[in-house]
Amino acid sequence: MSGLRILVPVKRVIDYAIKPRINKAQTGVETAGVKHSLNPFDELSIEEAVRLRERKGPIKVEDILALSAGGPKCPDVLRTAMAMGADRAFHIDVPDKGDGGPEPLTIAKMLQAVVKEQNVNLVLLGKQAIDGDQGQTGQMLAGLLGWPQATQASKVDIKDEAGTVEITHEVDGGVETLRAKLPLVITTDLRLNEPRYASLPNIMKAKKKPLEKKTLADLGVEDTRRLKTLKVTEPPPRKGGGKVEDVDGLVSKLKELGAL
Amino acid sequence: MSSTRNLTAALRRARVPRPRLAIRPIQSITPFTVRAFSASSTRNSDSRQIKFTSDAYPNLERNPNFAEISADDVAHFKELLGSQSAVIDGVTTDVTDDIEPFNSDWMRKYRGHTRLVLKPQNAQEVSKVLKYCNARKLAVVPQGGNTGLVGGSVPVFDEIVINTSRMNQIRSFDAASGVLVADAGVILETADQYLAEREHLFPLDLGAKGSCHIGGNVSTNAGGLRLLRYGSLHGSVLGLEAVLPDGTIVDALSTLRKNNTGYDIKQLFIGSEGTIGLVTAVSIQCPPRPKAVNVAYFGLESFEQVQQAYLAAKGQLSEILSAFELMDGRSQQLVIQSTGNKHPLEGEYPFYCLVETSGSNAEHDMAKLESFLENVMGDGIVADGVLAQDETQFQALWRWREGITESLSHLGGTYKYDVSIPLSDLYLLVEDCKARLTEKGLVGDDDSFPVRAVVGYGHMGDSNLHLNVAVRQYSKEVEKAIEPWVYEWIQKRQGSISAEHGLGVAKREFIGYSQNDTMVKLMKQLKNLYDPNGIMNPYKYI
Repeated sequence: MSGLRILVPVKRVIDYAIKPRINKAQTGVETAGVKHSLNPFDELSIEEAVRLRERKGPIKVEDILALSAGGPKCPDVLRTAMAMGADRAFHIDVPDKGDGGPEPLTIAKMLQAVVKEQNVNLVLLGKQAIDGDQGQTGQMLAGLLGWPQATQASKVDIKDEAGTVEITHEVDGGVETLRAKLPLVITTDLRLNEPRYASLPNIMKAKKKPLEKKTLADLGVEDTRRLKTLKVTEPPPRKGGGKVEDVDGLVSKLKELGAL
Repeated sequence: MSSTRNLTAALRRARVPRPRLAIRPIQSITPFTVRAFSASSTRNSDSRQIKFTSDAYPNLERNPNFAEISADDVAHFKELLGSQSAVIDGVTTDVTDDIEPFNSDWMRKYRGHTRLVLKPQNAQEVSKVLKYCNARKLAVVPQGGNTGLVGGSVPVFDEIVINTSRMNQIRSFDAASGVLVADAGVILETADQYLAEREHLFPLDLGAKGSCHIGGNVSTNAGGLRLLRYGSLHGSVLGLEAVLPDGTIVDALSTLRKNNTGYDIKQLFIGSEGTIGLVTAVSIQCPPRPKAVNVAYFGLESFEQVQQAYLAAKGQLSEILSAFELMDGRSQQLVIQSTGNKHPLEGEYPFYCLVETSGSNAEHDMAKLESFLENVMGDGIVADGVLAQDETQFQALWRWREGITESLSHLGGTYKYDVSIPLSDLYLLVEDCKARLTEKGLVGDDDSFPVRAVVGYGHMGDSNLHLNVAVRQYSKEVEKAIEPWVYEWIQKRQGSISAEHGLGVAKREFIGYSQNDTMVKLMKQLKNLYDPNGIMNPYKYI
């Protein structure tokens, strides 16, 4: 195996520490004026790709390509990915229509095209994006490519120059270790690593790294819809407990509720 | 969607271990369990935990002019306040468990002997209580959330605690002017959340926000993390309602920004630590809540460069700069030692800074911040740094600053000095103090030395340094080596021995280092004018 050419697809989502709100039309989540950042699972993928390079294993990491599909603000998360250590980035321009973006199958087909075009032999992607929570893209991509896949990885270990990879993932009641040969699709889970901070020197360097803009049409993919969102609603609010002043208040409250 | 979000959040949070937090409550629970079986052992086990202030300061004597509380007094208060929960009566009944939290502070350093806690619900009730106390010469201590650091909010002897927790209503908020009017007992965080829903911000933020009352914040003129941006309470408080010891209700609850009509009497209540009156309500100017907030964390090679970075931040970030905090290398190592967290920077540096910007336009702020960062990196002022990419990192970076106090408390005792010194000499105090203690052979890495470390951190933007001497155990030898040396050092540079924590019991003897005789005399005159019987918060600094 000559070298690892890693593709890391990333998504710009509402910051996970922020409480999302449903829009007035009940068609989705309100995104305007809300803080967005890199999908936490994708952060893990980037970190793992960079660590594979730093670990200096049996196969040298030749290239780390970050990719994101979405509106004009996507380059923000791509710069973050490059500040963390990705070498270059593709921004697939998909105009934001407020419909939650392309479906997983469209994304998988788009990634398939990039894999072929860029001669990628390892795709590291988050197991899901925290906005749509579909958790399908990695699996669909592996299916389209006919490659082996290892999902929800908590450890990735490149064993030899022939491209044997051992992946540990968590299952109910324990861990499962899988072995496969490159090329391979891996989806990442929380325990895989602890993503680094983007350091200032690297943020500066990331500005000079190449960021290429493409469209779905360039990759021969169409944004078709198979699913229709009917309605998005919030779960019913929890009823808070009441507070009483003193014992007398408690007794009268209990009487009122018929408990005494 | 939400389940994964929560899981993500939970797991992420789990990465930040908070060791030993669980131990604290267990310690305080133990005596209560004992109490259930044997009432007589109670006092012993409690006193082993916190020393009475009257024992720790043997030169303090109970003022014989003050009356002792009688059963008649208690009956009077009960009638006055009506509600059963408004009076905790330790005079005629045994309520040791209930009254203990009002007698001691959260640092477990100060403990009084009070037997009566009153919780009035409004200024009228406070007025009746104080009028009665003044006539009977019963001493009182106003108390809010009891989160002070100098023992100002707990009694020393048997002063009656007047707690503001039942005065907890937000009275009004005007979105156009941003003026909030609220009772003194509203918790700071509650007020801020109320304002957050209305896209405004309380102009004060500090570590104890979940417990402290805004009346207490005003009475102590609390400073906190964003003073640099929003200024001191002397500026943002527009009006006050307070009660004087004779029961007079001072209604200065103005909501006007401008009011040049004579003496600005309300200022007397801000920072006077409840010695001339009890604040019952506050009207305060609240700024709009910033929509975009960013945090960067730097490593620097010298204090010289810290000053340069501060100058650059002021010049280039100007109106969006909302905090500039300094932490020295040793303080960060202690946080690592205590929390086990991975430090955000790879290398080690003698100084670290945290810079926060708050503005209304994320893109505009980012552009400014990036050019500032490029500048300080390019000029070699900053050796390394990180920029928070999301909310989690934002909070994690702040913990490296806010977590210092907690980390120090896990590692042993701390002598804390909260001082204000001209910026150029700010860190010299830490170096001099360290040199002095090292010379005396008190500092070392193993357990034979009493001092673990001398660290400095604080609000660089306000020239406010926290000098902390972390010790393995408190000892007279260390104390003598630091005090009054440190106060003399500060006096020489016209600094303040208490920048934001106040004086209380802890610094009652040292006021002379920062205020001259004339100033102290003027304060005493005011005190005597408004509180001729001296019943308000006695035995403290005045």
